[in-house]
Amino acid sequence: MNMEQLVAFSPVISITGAALVVMLTIAVRRNFVLVSFIAGIGILVSLAAVSIIWSNSPVQVTPLIRVDTYGLFYTALVFIAGLAVIAFCYDYFKDREGENEELLLLILTSLLGASVLVNSSHFASFFIGLETLSVSLFVLIGYSFDRLNSLEAAVKYLVLSGVSSAFLLMGMALIYAQSGTLEFSGIGNFIANRQTIDAMILTGIILMVSGLAFKLSLVPFHLWTPDVYEGAPAPVTALVATVSKGAVFVLLLRYFLTSGGYLYSSMLTIFSIIAGVTILGGNLLALLQTDVKRMLAYSSIAHMGYLLVAFIAGGSIAPNLVVESVTFYLTAYLITTLGAFGVVSILSTIPAEAGEWSFYQGLFWRRPWLAAVFTLMLLSLAGIPLTAGFIGKFYIFTAGVDARLWGLLLTVIIGSGLGLYYYLRIIVVMSMSPESDTTEDGVHTCAWASSATLTVLTILLLWLGVFPERLITLIQSL
Amino acid sequence: MILLALLAVLIFGGIAAWFSERWNPAAPRWLSLAALAVEALLVLLQYSIIDPVDNLAVGDSAAWIADLKRPWIPRFGIGFHLAMDGLSLLLITLTVFLGFMAVSSSWSEIKRRQGFFFFNLLICLAGTVGVFLAVDLFLFFCFWEVMIIPMYFLISIWGHEKRTIAAIKFFIFTQVSGLLMLLAIVTLALNYHDDTGIYSFDYFDLLGATLDPDVAYWLMLGFFIAFTVKLPSVPFHTWLPDAHTQAPTGGSVILAGVMLKTGAYGLLRFVIPLFPDAAHQFAPVAMTLGAVSVIYAAIMAFAQSDLKRLIAYTSVSHMGFILLGVFSWNLLSLQGSVITMLAHGISASALFMIAGALQERLHTREMGNMGGLWAKIPQLSAMTLFFAIASLGLPGLGNFIGEFLVLLGTFKVNAVLTVLSALVLILAPVYALIVVQKAFHGPLPQSYQLPDFGRREWLSMMLLVLSTTWLGLHPQTVLDVSAPSLQQAMNCCEGIDR
Repeated sequence: MNMEQLVAFSPVISITGAALVVMLTIAVRRNFVLVSFIAGIGILVSLAAVSIIWSNSPVQVTPLIRVDTYGLFYTALVFIAGLAVIAFCYDYFKDREGENEELLLLILTSLLGASVLVNSSHFASFFIGLETLSVSLFVLIGYSFDRLNSLEAAVKYLVLSGVSSAFLLMGMALIYAQSGTLEFSGIGNFIANRQTIDAMILTGIILMVSGLAFKLSLVPFHLWTPDVYEGAPAPVTALVATVSKGAVFVLLLRYFLTSGGYLYSSMLTIFSIIAGVTILGGNLLALLQTDVKRMLAYSSIAHMGYLLVAFIAGGSIAPNLVVESVTFYLTAYLITTLGAFGVVSILSTIPAEAGEWSFYQGLFWRRPWLAAVFTLMLLSLAGIPLTAGFIGKFYIFTAGVDARLWGLLLTVIIGSGLGLYYYLRIIVVMSMSPESDTTEDGVHTCAWASSATLTVLTILLLWLGVFPERLITLIQSL
Repeated sequence: MILLALLAVLIFGGIAAWFSERWNPAAPRWLSLAALAVEALLVLLQYSIIDPVDNLAVGDSAAWIADLKRPWIPRFGIGFHLAMDGLSLLLITLTVFLGFMAVSSSWSEIKRRQGFFFFNLLICLAGTVGVFLAVDLFLFFCFWEVMIIPMYFLISIWGHEKRTIAAIKFFIFTQVSGLLMLLAIVTLALNYHDDTGIYSFDYFDLLGATLDPDVAYWLMLGFFIAFTVKLPSVPFHTWLPDAHTQAPTGGSVILAGVMLKTGAYGLLRFVIPLFPDAAHQFAPVAMTLGAVSVIYAAIMAFAQSDLKRLIAYTSVSHMGFILLGVFSWNLLSLQGSVITMLAHGISASALFMIAGALQERLHTREMGNMGGLWAKIPQLSAMTLFFAIASLGLPGLGNFIGEFLVLLGTFKVNAVLTVLSALVLILAPVYALIVVQKAFHGPLPQSYQLPDFGRREWLSMMLLVLSTTWLGLHPQTVLDVSAPSLQQAMNCCEGIDR
């Protein structure tokens, strides 16, 4: 590894460094505020590293990692999401008894995993990144171990994630057995040079996709999602919903673009079916929920389905439009989901997660700013104009129309119609008159870190919805 | 710039109204009134400036009064492009006029959270004005969607007993049909990109686009469904009776008076000029839907016992005439449609205001619980009679001119449907007079003290009476304003022989 490669690798190195510093600090002195501060600074330094090496990319750092603007953009996105999660965690856990400091260590390691994942160009780094991410998440999900369903969620995620990793490994093994290489581009060359469809490779890809579908919670691999979303502490749910899903999707797209996955048209058929049932299943099941966190879980399932439509369009349209669509949609999704779970986490207390309707009833009149932010986030999830979510949906439509995916687009429309119903239901509950016995109004503690983060997210949401051109230009240059 | 000001005045007025509630609960309504007054001034200014715009590429540019174009999302050739012609000017005038009425009818009815109410009211009006001005399809779609959110809040927060369901139904109907339109818009733009290599969502670029007939037909359907849901026409009308009935009076006024017109405007502005061949092919179906709406809704109106529901169904019936008129596509019927839009806006709003006034006094909308009110509140009852008669199409009042012109124009195109729709001239008096009969004649069910119209109510009613009479007696003023833009729209599709 020469100097240039080392510099190019610096974001990952600095986030590792931040994790180490946090660990050592905890060993010396347990102080939640101090540790949160150090973790935040660590992420900011890593972000600075990203911006410094932006113009020097692409660089191939060993066969395992390829640092290019595509990867760097998502690295930055993942770090920013991590920063927001830390802010939410700070307010959520600061009054909790017991040892909370390891939480930040785990968030940093999960970010480390995600940043390796989005930059990987090799099965080995892909798997290491994914496992680093998942292992950190097991512990994070079960972090408030005094609540039973948090523990249940952690065990569920552990078992299912382990199974899906096994699928993934089996798929990799099959592909390796046939092509003799673990590098994405090598596999791409191998596939491109063969005239016929290779059954082993196809099986391998299917196994890999089912492994990844677990992480992305696509129907029918979605069963863990609502339980984990409900059980995990709200800030951690935000992490699972954004960093974990986003990084895995980015990897999936990179893998398909570089290793010739799109050449297998039967894969696209499978993806189309998965996308259809994911959109319908996610939205229909969300209708049945009475818990806001579970509902957001199903809504995130449906959003992964929408995203798949743009992904499938990659089979027949120019790759840069696919990357552009997916990237914009993911950015909008990240901002929106972080914002939504941020509101949930502000409303949650240590003994009770803000899942039930009663937490939200009359929120408009009790805490109008919070309710307005939540409404905007929900409208963005529903894809209403002037929010980032709408531009994202516009991209899905553009990619889908360009690839002539009429059936899937109709499913998206039906799904959006269903989606509106449950998003609006929350807004209705928030606009109802508050219950008479709400005496705890003045009691809620000041949550400056979360409030500041939510403000930034809301401004970003509206900014990207009204003036998306800056981001589009940036994404086009990837 | 004046076009931007038209939007900005309402938006900033709305925000100011919201925040002014903190220092005085009465401030929001005065501020909304002030914002509307400024807006009205700007609109009236437009009538005096007849300064033809000459930088528009297509059609006879003399029809356009004002134009504003800024790049917005150059990546897809999306521009912030507003333009105004006679048709939009008339509809914006109606919007502002009914905006005053909505504020007036909410003056004492809305007691809770006035700031947020008037904010929503003004933003809703701003969205509607935006719909009438936008000539970039992407921008149009944004306004189209944005105007329904404040209306959703108006219904779901200040509405009557079943407001939640009504509001959600309203939102989902409009949104889903809107997404079909978005799909059609995107397909249209990408099709243009495939032909020319340029991304554009501009109305004037897309007007000249060449389309495969099959594709054009599907795209036309996408737009058509979105607009007929909003219009509404049978079979997409089911959201309307609920939404109208449950909305607060101010909301009903905006909904019936202005929002329904956006559907008609969309048909006139987009569906037929963009897809003339497909629309011609589809015209018999559309006109049949129109005729069915006219008759069916009139019968349904007669069957209602809830006053607001009854008025809601009469709206569907009147909107059927617009569908007939637009798809007949000759100058007579188009002019008739425009007059119907304005006249119905006025008469339906007036009736909703009366229903609201009755509900404020009696706390019921059931006509079964009314009766004998004429003796108690003669002024209100006389007004009801006047607008019931206006709505049934008495010569000399606005609605008559509109319906007459539509029937005249349609007769040349499809005599059978015209004759069928003309049957409503019998049904309309039945449903209109049943209201007067049930609510105002007969014995009083209980004796109570009721206040008659106050000064504010009188003033609004007199303005409405004057304007509908003006439309009926001297429609030429309006016809002159709309004629150039309608003529231009017809020139766009000259190739079609009717």
